[in-house]
Amino acid sequence: MIRSLPSSPLYKGGYTLYVALFFLFLVLPLVAISVLAFNDSNFIALPWKGFSLDWFFANTDDRLGLFHDEDLLISIWVSILTATAMAILSTIVGTIAALLFEQEKFRFKGLLYFFAIAPLVIPGVILGISILLSSTYVGNLLETKYGIDAAVFSPGFWLVVFGQFSFGATYAMLLVGARLKKFDPTLEEAALSLKATRLESIRYITIPFLKPAIIGAFAVTFLMSFSNFNTTIFLIGSDQTLPVELFSRIKFSSTPVLNAVSFMIVLFITIAAVANLFLSRNKK
Amino acid sequence: MEGNKKAFYFLLTPVLIWLVLLIIIPHIDLFVSSFKAENDAGTLVWSLENYIEFFRDSIYWRTFLNTAMYAIGVTLLAFVVTFPIAFYLTKVVSKKYASFLTLLLLIPLWIGELVTIYGWVIILGDHGVINESLKWLGIIDTPIKLLYTDLSMTIGLLYMSMLFMIIPVMTTLESLDDSLIEAASDLGASKWTIIRRIVIPHSMPGIINGAIIVFMLVIGDYVAPNILGGKSSLWFTEQIYNQFLSTFNWNEGAAFGFLLLMLSSAVIWLALKLSGQKLDKVGQ
Repeated sequence: MIRSLPSSPLYKGGYTLYVALFFLFLVLPLVAISVLAFNDSNFIALPWKGFSLDWFFANTDDRLGLFHDEDLLISIWVSILTATAMAILSTIVGTIAALLFEQEKFRFKGLLYFFAIAPLVIPGVILGISILLSSTYVGNLLETKYGIDAAVFSPGFWLVVFGQFSFGATYAMLLVGARLKKFDPTLEEAALSLKATRLESIRYITIPFLKPAIIGAFAVTFLMSFSNFNTTIFLIGSDQTLPVELFSRIKFSSTPVLNAVSFMIVLFITIAAVANLFLSRNKK
Repeated sequence: MEGNKKAFYFLLTPVLIWLVLLIIIPHIDLFVSSFKAENDAGTLVWSLENYIEFFRDSIYWRTFLNTAMYAIGVTLLAFVVTFPIAFYLTKVVSKKYASFLTLLLLIPLWIGELVTIYGWVIILGDHGVINESLKWLGIIDTPIKLLYTDLSMTIGLLYMSMLFMIIPVMTTLESLDDSLIEAASDLGASKWTIIRRIVIPHSMPGIINGAIIVFMLVIGDYVAPNILGGKSSLWFTEQIYNQFLSTFNWNEGAAFGFLLLMLSSAVIWLALKLSGQKLDKVGQ
């Protein structure tokens, strides 16, 4: 049943078949999306009517390809901006939180750590609605009491960024923290005994050691933001992100242009994943 | 030391801002808002009205119970479907293929829920991949209704959450020494006995971690039930969305959100208690 033990051919065959079916289940939606992006048809359905790049490049009455579909292109741009801002914020605060919880001792540390990992088990909807409730409350208060109209507190770009950051920082903290656990504290002690301050030793010793994990955390939080829907939908203003735009199109007006944009995402992720595999192999 | 103090506050401040402004205050706000309702004069006052409404209208509490039971079901399903895969990837297949297959597992995760759910719409639709293939093979004449049913919703929920079961289970299985399985086998234990007495007990921490994350994701999901589910497959998050985005009764929505948060916390707490684990470990 394991590598070193013999098994009957029937058991082996059945097991391999199950694994094959599972991976078919896994890739089937991605293959279906990709293939139908090139179907010469106005509907997202079989039968296959021939190869066409219309859903990428066409600009006719009944076909608007991805590269001419302004709403879709804008939503991609909004998503890239949102994800960049969210990933930068999450990585910085997540790294600081990892340093704080791994290396400092203070009162109420356990309680604070509980709140820091709580977003792992709080459904995204709940984070969305509770941040919407309190930001609206603060926004109203500022406007009625002091006459300040602070755009940050009403649904829009920055509220989405902060909403996603509320859980992004947790994941960044855990990723960086995992590497920090392997950090040899004598390195820092050496720096401190050579009259470096604690902040200098973090800056010149710890951060360079953490660099791979920090880059990883940036990539992970970027992708989390790019595909987030559950939290984003409550905090969004007039600038739709790609998942929100996709959702409303799937519900109300789907054309194969959705396959075209999905195909681009599938392609990008696959290339990034394969590149990552080869890079990590070369390092070994 | 003076420098250490400075460094400590430098680390503490951003973490406190994150947790207080985006986690603690919003959840207190959620709690408070859920106990406020408009009186006859239209002003917000303390009230139990939102919770009374939840029990008065049977659609709300029925949906709530339905969602909870369904989420438990999907969590069990995710375990049954993915456990053989996790075992295969860690113990059966050669290391060379394992890293490639593990990468393949992660790709749908990074592509994001909206795109993969859209893939299932294409596959399961009346003119989708499955129906058209069956027609082409001459097995059916009229399409079978697959999309907008409990089946399609289950597939979607399973697909988007199962990765979170496989990964922690794989982590615990990697630490299981093969020689334990070999020894049991040498002593005449059957495969079933080995799995039941050695493999599953050893991977229990991973199974619990996976189950917690899967349950939380499924119970808080909106996209799969809304896009793939039928009219009868009501999901509690849909009630929350309706209160916030259609009827604009935010206080009622806050009460629903708080109930959902209590439900997921209770189930997670129970799972941790029964397995004797701490929340700290869930993130790893």
